[in-house]
Amino acid sequence: MSKTQWMKLTRRDAVAFFGAVGVSAVVPWQAEASVDAVAARIVEITNGADIAEGLISLDMPEIAENGNQVNLTFEVDSPMTAEEYVKSVYVFADGNPDTDVAVFNFTPAMGSCTATTRMRLSKTQNVHVLAAMSDGSFAKAETTVKVTIGGCGG
Amino acid sequence: MSDVKPRVRVPKTAEVGEEIEIKTLIRHPMHSGRVVDGDGNTIPRQIITSFVAKFNGETIFHVDMKPSVSANPYFTFPFTVNESGTFEFIWTEDTGEVFTLSKKIKVE
Repeated sequence: MSKTQWMKLTRRDAVAFFGAVGVSAVVPWQAEASVDAVAARIVEITNGADIAEGLISLDMPEIAENGNQVNLTFEVDSPMTAEEYVKSVYVFADGNPDTDVAVFNFTPAMGSCTATTRMRLSKTQNVHVLAAMSDGSFAKAETTVKVTIGGCGG
Repeated sequence: MSDVKPRVRVPKTAEVGEEIEIKTLIRHPMHSGRVVDGDGNTIPRQIITSFVAKFNGETIFHVDMKPSVSANPYFTFPFTVNESGTFEFIWTEDTGEVFTLSKKIKVE
């Protein structure tokens, strides 16, 4: 066995070992687990592809007095033509018991890529918006919302 | 559920190529399955899981929802109209129950 092969094996074992330790250490802390859940969902959707910043404008209150009804408006700066359009916009809330909020599926017929809804936020947290374009590229935006009275998000 | 009630606002008329704004709301509790009532019983999960908007039979927009969407799910979204026709809006509950509403628009 050459030296490089040996090194590879050990490193993989080490990653697996520390990875397992890392996961077991994080599980008791639900907040961190949720943040990790959102990061994992984003990797799952993008398959690790590059994610552009600055293409999505995200409008949410800085402070939400009532976490049961928090306004969310987003707009993605993209053409909406048959050749080039925004396919889907994913919304995640990294402090909610269920971090997936909604998936908006757009079509070129809409003319522009924007939508408004209201969401629940169980506590102060970050809201992430991920846009998947028809050409396979991605864009992302996130914002922190301070929640005074948590909604029974779930 | 008889108290589930959809409402939609669409302009009655528009010009060819105009981008209109559509507002939709359905009165629905969006029970997340995590809330306990006054008697200590968990209120079973009951949510709207899907919203679809169609124009002249073609899907133009659809949303998949989880319990983190607020009660009385509300959406606004744009649509560029090129011809007169009928919008159809379809909400589906996790029980399988479906609620629909349609609106006509005259384009000139």
